[in-house]
Amino acid sequence: MEHYLSLLVKSIFVENMALAFFLGMCTFLAVSKKVDTAIGLGIAVTVVQTITVPINNLVFQHLLKPDALAWLGVTGTDLTFIGLICYIGLIAAMVQVLEMVLDRFVPALYNSLGIFLPLITVNCAILGGSLFMVERDYNFAESVVFGFGSGLGWALALVALAGIREKMKYADVPPGLRGLGITFMITGLMAMAFMAFSGIQL
Amino acid sequence: MSQAKDVLLDPLFNKNPIGLQILGICSALAVTSKLETVVVMSLAVIFVICGSNASVSLIRSQIPSNIRIIVQITIIATLVIIVDQFLKAYAFGISKQLSVFVGLIITNCIVLGRAEGFAMKNPVGLSFLDGLGNGLGYSIVLLLVAFFRELLGAGKLLGYTILPSTSEGGWYLPNGLMLLPPSAFFIIGLLIWLLRTWKTDQIEKEN
Repeated sequence: MEHYLSLLVKSIFVENMALAFFLGMCTFLAVSKKVDTAIGLGIAVTVVQTITVPINNLVFQHLLKPDALAWLGVTGTDLTFIGLICYIGLIAAMVQVLEMVLDRFVPALYNSLGIFLPLITVNCAILGGSLFMVERDYNFAESVVFGFGSGLGWALALVALAGIREKMKYADVPPGLRGLGITFMITGLMAMAFMAFSGIQL
Repeated sequence: MSQAKDVLLDPLFNKNPIGLQILGICSALAVTSKLETVVVMSLAVIFVICGSNASVSLIRSQIPSNIRIIVQITIIATLVIIVDQFLKAYAFGISKQLSVFVGLIITNCIVLGRAEGFAMKNPVGLSFLDGLGNGLGYSIVLLLVAFFRELLGAGKLLGYTILPSTSEGGWYLPNGLMLLPPSAFFIIGLLIWLLRTWKTDQIEKEN
């Protein structure tokens, strides 16, 4: 139990997807102008991440990894080289399914997410989550925890940045830095603040 | 001919994918603490973006428009797998350092953005040049960031000592912050400031 708790805290704070690994930066910088949209997108990313990482974990453990096809009676296989295409295909499919499910059962959330939902497919935090899961060889339970934690950490960073940017309206920024430039600076400062979590062991 | 030149040179400074269009920042910043990894990463991205632009442009009139994203992603993923396998075979050490970031070229928005925005509408030759130009524009920013981070953070360039550090009996006290992730944000922020002071039309309007 402690192991999972420590993994959760680690994936939310210490190894924050956005601020420690720079993943999902395009969306991170583009969609952080308003807190409302940031919260919506954060929820969507967390949900997709919590679903796709465990599913990709199953694909990796039971289909791709060396000798994984032993349950079919086939040994000596190593399909890891087609991993990338499987993961991205699965992510695209899951996002599509989620889109249809939300449209059918929760139209309010579906409408508020709008264009962001399909864009999650090309959000590197999602694919990155799956790739880290493979690289660190998590088991199924760990991958559920890691998927949820990393999604939540990304969402947290996004909402925090959106909050800061809303207040930035009152600041007098030099013309050349306006918009994108100052956002990079803020993100850098936030990343430094998040580094205070590093080295925490539970 | 002048169109080809514009297509190739515009993305370097006038329409830099990172500086102006906020594309492709995702998979790249974490690899910029060393110049060596950045060179490999840049070559990989240039290869993928040229290949995907050319192939997407080649079959652009055959792709049904409602499944075009899937087709593009599949082409890109295939090219990335080639790069990934190649690096694992011939440069295993660097491939380990880049870890998941080679795979993340798939979701690098520059690649998909150019395939969707340019290659779907233009002939093969121009699309290839556009890929090359955007790949180079991306590489310039990454190389600059890595140059400062490695020089100021470790006093080295490509592993050779330029500023002898105090721990090795030299005079330079390395700035540890430069090796940590946040410094990449500051350097890119400053680069954007510099670029926009030079090209004033890129300054964003006050809202």
